[in-house]
Parts: sequence; C-alpha cells; structure tokens
Amino acid sequence: MLDYSILIGGRAGDGIDKASLIIAHLLSSLGYKVFVSRDYPSLIRGGHTFSIIRISDEKIASYREKIDILIALNFETLEKHRFLLKEGCFYIYDSDNFKDNGSFCGTGVPLKTILKEENAPEFVKNSCLIGSFCKAAGIEWEILEKTLKKSITKEIEINLKVAKRGYDISREFFKIEKISQISLPVLTGNEALGLGFIKGGLDVYIGYPMTPSSALLHFLASVGPESSIKVIHPENEIAVILMALGFAYAGKKSAVGTSGGGFCLMNEGLSLAGMAEIPVVIVLGQRTGPSTGLPTYTGQTELFYAIHSGHGEFTRFVVSPGDCEQAYYLGAISVDIAWKYQIPSIILTDKSIAENVYSFNLDEVDQINFSQPIVWNGDEPFKRYKYTENGISPMCFVPKKEAIIKVNSYEHDEYGITTENPVITKSMQEKRVLIKEKFLLKEIENRFECVKVYGNKNSETAILCWGSNMPVCVELGKKYNLKVIQVVVLHPFPVNQFRKALEGVKRLIDIENNATGQLGNLIKSYGFSINDKILKYDGRPFSVDEIENKLKVL
Amino acid sequence: MDITKLNTNAKNTWCTGCGNFAILNALKLVVKEIVSKGTPIENIVLVSGIGCHAKIVDYINLNSFYSLHGRVVPVAQGIKIANPSLKVIGFSGDGDSYGEGLEHLLFAAKRNIDITMIIHNNRVYGLTTGQFTPTSPVGYKGRSTPYGNKEKPFNPIELMIAAGATFVARTFSHGIDLLKRIMLEAIMHKGFSIVDVLQVCVTFFNMYEYYDKRVYIMEENNLDDFDIAMKKAREWDYNSDTKIPLGIFYKKEEPTFEESFISYESKKFVDRELKVKEILKKYSI
Repeated sequence: MLDYSILIGGRAGDGIDKASLIIAHLLSSLGYKVFVSRDYPSLIRGGHTFSIIRISDEKIASYREKIDILIALNFETLEKHRFLLKEGCFYIYDSDNFKDNGSFCGTGVPLKTILKEENAPEFVKNSCLIGSFCKAAGIEWEILEKTLKKSITKEIEINLKVAKRGYDISREFFKIEKISQISLPVLTGNEALGLGFIKGGLDVYIGYPMTPSSALLHFLASVGPESSIKVIHPENEIAVILMALGFAYAGKKSAVGTSGGGFCLMNEGLSLAGMAEIPVVIVLGQRTGPSTGLPTYTGQTELFYAIHSGHGEFTRFVVSPGDCEQAYYLGAISVDIAWKYQIPSIILTDKSIAENVYSFNLDEVDQINFSQPIVWNGDEPFKRYKYTENGISPMCFVPKKEAIIKVNSYEHDEYGITTENPVITKSMQEKRVLIKEKFLLKEIENRFECVKVYGNKNSETAILCWGSNMPVCVELGKKYNLKVIQVVVLHPFPVNQFRKALEGVKRLIDIENNATGQLGNLIKSYGFSINDKILKYDGRPFSVDEIENKLKVL
Repeated sequence: MDITKLNTNAKNTWCTGCGNFAILNALKLVVKEIVSKGTPIENIVLVSGIGCHAKIVDYINLNSFYSLHGRVVPVAQGIKIANPSLKVIGFSGDGDSYGEGLEHLLFAAKRNIDITMIIHNNRVYGLTTGQFTPTSPVGYKGRSTPYGNKEKPFNPIELMIAAGATFVARTFSHGIDLLKRIMLEAIMHKGFSIVDVLQVCVTFFNMYEYYDKRVYIMEENNLDDFDIAMKKAREWDYNSDTKIPLGIFYKKEEPTFEESFISYESKKFVDRELKVKEILKKYSI
C-alpha cells in the first residue's frame, strides 16, 4: 500500500487550511485517495494550527503519526512536529522567518525575500511553499499550475509566479508517482452531508453558527439558490428549530444544524416535533464538551444525549456517518425517514467528520430509495392525528381545500384539539412512541444496513465503533485481520442486525472518543457485552498508530 | 360565509368576562371579511403560544399551530416563508411574546416579515395564576412579587417601532368595533404588523374600569412618520396614570423578508441527482 503523510503548520490566519486543501487536490489529481485531518484553535489569528494530509492508493480516512514531508510556516511548527518525521525525511520552512540549525535535511524558502522581489502580497506565500513541496515530491510543474488555476480565484498570476519561485528553489527529494486510478472529488463531511440533503429533497436549511456545523450552513447557503434550498440564519437555535417546524407544517422539508450547546436550546422544539408529529432533520455536530469545552476539537459524547434528548417520550431516528459516502447517504435517508414517520431524525457528526477532508466516491454510496409519502386522500374528514395501524397519520399541508389542519403541543385528539382525557392520552402516547417505533425498527432493519461489518468476518475478535472512528478501525481491521462492527443507526437500536454481526465473536473491543464508552454502555442495555475499551477524550481523534499500540497491549 | 361554521366542539374554559372572548369574536368577523375579500379560508393559518390567549386556536375551526410559550413568532415566520400566499396570524400573550419570546419578536420586526401578531396584553400571567409580566406596572402584587413588582414595564409600542415593525397599533378588548378594524388592517398590511390588545384578565388583574376612564382613539395621520409615532407611543408608558391612546401608531410600506426568497420559487423543479453531480465538479481538479 502506498502511504504518504504531509504535515503543514503555522499560525492561525496563515491560510493553512486552504493550503492543505490545495495539496489534497493536487494529490487527488494524481489518482490518490486523500484524507486531511485539521487541527486548529478557537481563535482567528495567532495560535498554532496544522493539517495532516495523508494519501494512499487504497481508501483511507485516518491519519498516521509519522510524516514524510513537513511544511513549516513558523518555527513552532518545526519544533512541535519535526520529531514526527520519518528518518531521512524532508521538511520545507520559511527561512526568512527563522533560521534552522537542526540535523534533518530540509529546504529553506526565503518567503519574505521572494514576495518582495515579486512585489507579491503576503497572502500568496503559501503558493510559494506549495511550489517547493511539489518539487520535493517530484510532482510536475504543469500539474501544480493546473491545480492552482482551479483552486485560486483571485490574483492567480502572482500566485503562479511565486509558486514557480518556490518550485525552482527546492530540490526533488522523492517521487510521488501518478497512479492509474480515477481522481475523486475532495470534500468535507459537512459538504457530503449537504449534498445528501440536496439529494434527499430538502427545501430549507436553517442554522445558527456553531462549530463544527457552521460550514454546513455556509455550504448550503452558497449552493442554496441553484439547488432550490432556502437557507436562513435566524437569531438563535430556538428560532432555528421552531422555524423549521413552521416550514414542515407548510409541507417544506427542513433541516437544522448545530453542536451540543445549540442542541440544548433546540430541545423544547425537539419535544414539540415529537408531540406534534412534525418531521425535522437535526445535525448534531459533536465537539469536546461539556459546555463550551474545546470548541474546535472533537468528541463522541452525545450519543446518549441524542437518544434521550427532549422531554417526554416519542419516536426518533438517530444515525451517525463514518465517512463522506455515509454522510451523503444518511443525509438523504434521514429526510426520508423523518417525513415518512413524521418524527425528528438526528444525524450525529463530530468535528472530525464534519471538517476533515475526504476523497468522495459517489459510485460507492449505498443505493438510496425513497418512500412514498403517506398523504390524505380526501375520502373522509381530515384528522391530523388519525389513529392508524402503524401510527402514521396521513398528512396534508396548508393551504388544502376542505381540510382543517391543526397541530398541537398539548396532548390532543385526532383532530388536533387539546384534551386531557386519559383514554385519548394513552392512545396518543402509544401512537407516538410504541407503535411508530415498532414499525420504524422493523422497517430500518429490513431496509438499511444499520450495522456494518468490515474486515475479517470470521474473526473471533471484533472492534466496535461508531461515527468518524469507522475508517481508522477499518484500516486496522484489515491490517490485523479483525472483524470491525460499525453501528450506523443508533436509535431505534437495530438489535437483530447487531446480534447477527456479533455471531462468532468471542472478544469485543469498544473504541470511542469519550470517557465512558457510551456505545459500549448502550449495547449492554440490550444484553450484549464488551471485553475491552480503548477510549480517548482529549479532544483529538485517534491516529492509526495510537490504536495499534493499544491493541498490542490489550 | 356563515361564521357559526368557525366554531369547534372544544369546551371554552376562559373565565366569564375574559377579554379573550372579544378577541375571538372580532377574529371571526375579521376572517369573514378577509374571506369575502378573496382570501381562500384554507390560506389562513393561526399560530398561538402557551397561555390563556393560546386556547383561541382550539375555539376556532381554522388551520392552526398551537406552539410553545414564547415561540409563536419563529413558527409563524417558517410558515410564511414556506408559502408567502398564506395569511399567517400569530396570537400571543404579554408573558409569551414580551417575556419568553421577546428576542424573536424583535427580530421578526427587524426583518419586516409579513405576519401579524395579536398580543393579548393583560399584563399578568393568567394561566400560571397571577404573576407579574413585562408590562405589569411598578408595585403590582403577584404571587412571585408579593411585596410589589420593582421593575418598570416595557412599552411594547415603542419597542416595536424601534425594532422595525411597519404596522404598530394598540386597541382594547372593550369595544369590538375598534378591535375588529385594527385587527383587519393589521392582517391586510404587507409587512410585520403587531397589535397590542389591552385585554383584561377579570380574575387576576381586572382593569376594565381603569382603562375605560383613560382610553381615547387617536387621530390617525402622518402614520409613516417615525418621530411622530415615537412621540405618540410615549404618551403612555404602561405605568403612569395618563390618558391611553388607542389606534394605529405607525404604518409604513417596506420590503418584506419572505419576498427575498421569491426567486427560489421560480425554478420549482431541480433534478437533485444532477445538481449533486454538478456541484461535485467544483470539488475536483
């Protein structure tokens, strides 16, 4: 397996993100699968920020600790990361910014001098370093030129000029060969999810900025007009979800996105969706909590919260994607399920999947089939909450002739009129939570791969994971010939599929980004058990090496 | 249109003499008039919050969204943007929209979204039994302020004009003619309209006599003049024993928020799968 890692770092505000994206595109155009892991602090300028770009000829979406090339915009980057360089590897640094007296081989690029000579603005300096990188990695100038032209929208000429200077000043260190694979698009989990919403027929996206879901708001706002999706950024998260419910009442498919703190504010709206049986899709991007926590770092601490959020009991659908293909798929499917069952769908992402960059292959997405909506046929007076066998009342939307459409946050009768009658209350509770959930569970277990199994399906040792940890676990499963079980649908818990996935497994190792092992605890409540846990809760995602080392000592 | 058809089977649980009856009765007359002017009845949507006011949606046979305390405004906005041809009328209380949901109200006014808010301002929490609200006068003794409220009330008229509402009026639950006229004008106004109804709670804060002595109907001229409107708005601060003007304070035509999305409606059908592939092209070199 071909496997290279490049780390680029500098101060926040240095444009590390954009530079890493350009490198990712560059390497993707050579036929590689790429993955970019982003690490940045919660401030606009000054703090240390870096990205690791990993590429391979095989599908990967996790990072390694050792790197092949280090690109340092400041001394801190060199100091912090040079010990990660593999022996005899290469680094590129700004020699006008700091003098290096280390023992590694590297190329100093006098950025300030070059910019001055070319009369170029500060912001094009990354192009210069990318130029040096390309030379070092044996990438032809024409490929870089093409990539820069596509990726940079303003002042392309000067960017090309300084890139060429950087290219010429560097030397070839090794060669990242072009491989004969198709070049895939490169995008973040947020963007894949947004595309899934487009595919799923979303009409409206409403959000209040909060890392790591803000970029989903930005993405949909930018493609909204051409995709026929309205995008609104209102005063707070309470307005966000209540507006979404207003849209749904009028028949428009709406989704909202936030992180834990914003989701707390949305909880009364979530309960309202449960009581009034109004579909809504919620993206809950997890980060390191509790409270403000580490706003730009990752975590998987809201599994139980997502499942139990909101007051009262009602049916919901909770899923968590592990990569861009799953984000796309689940984006579309969550809209479908929310509208078929008239319930909230919650998509649990985290900072890793939301903001990391992946190669995305639309052809590898599972087949997406949409349900037929259950609508009122006009044969009898419209009852918004009509009792039915599967708990789903046929819907219609304002304005509808001959139908009075009443939804209600109070307990209500079939017409939507407030009631405190115990008989009606009991029937409505059963409709909302028992009957619907029973049918939903049956449907999802028949219709979707709620539990995915990878690696050696006959292995007696299995890794259990969910969400963004899937790719790193799959990579290790492949390497060590283990079974890997990913729970994609977390609620209603797909107990039959899970039991089947566990067949033949004698030892189950739970891998999660939280301190308590939430998925491990969840499966216990269904009578299953885990043997070991590998947990990480410092805000950082697992590297391949880290889990590998822990697996060895288990 | 036979307005008895607007009745529902729900049992009315408002207290005898409650000001909400006047609002309900006026609403029925207003609906009749709107429908006679050509709005299909199915295009009318009511949204209510939580409080005594909110029961109004159970008592009238129209499309309705019985929402949460303080959240009438965002729900109403979602419905309106979803379908600008709807007449969306929000019913809310003073605790509901001037307290719990004030931020939403200010922002809806700021956006000048074409919805109407009818505020049942009885200046007391009725359903939770008599606590002070954002518009209760200083010294009001409720169950949470047994020694007298220490806070000065909001003047919602002033607040709403300042926030950007383009139709701001006050009326009184005693006197259905004015109530009906103002509600109708507010609903027909294109833009964010708010009607503060001095609606009397007979059980916890009976102000009939107090208001009857002080209210008068303003002359309505120069309605689009902000400064004049503010001056009129400050004539009574919801605290002092002065005359209380009723009628329209401010009325102006401005672009509305939901209009900004109309271009989206023009291209109704978009092949989503094709669109995804098109966007993906931007993500490859």
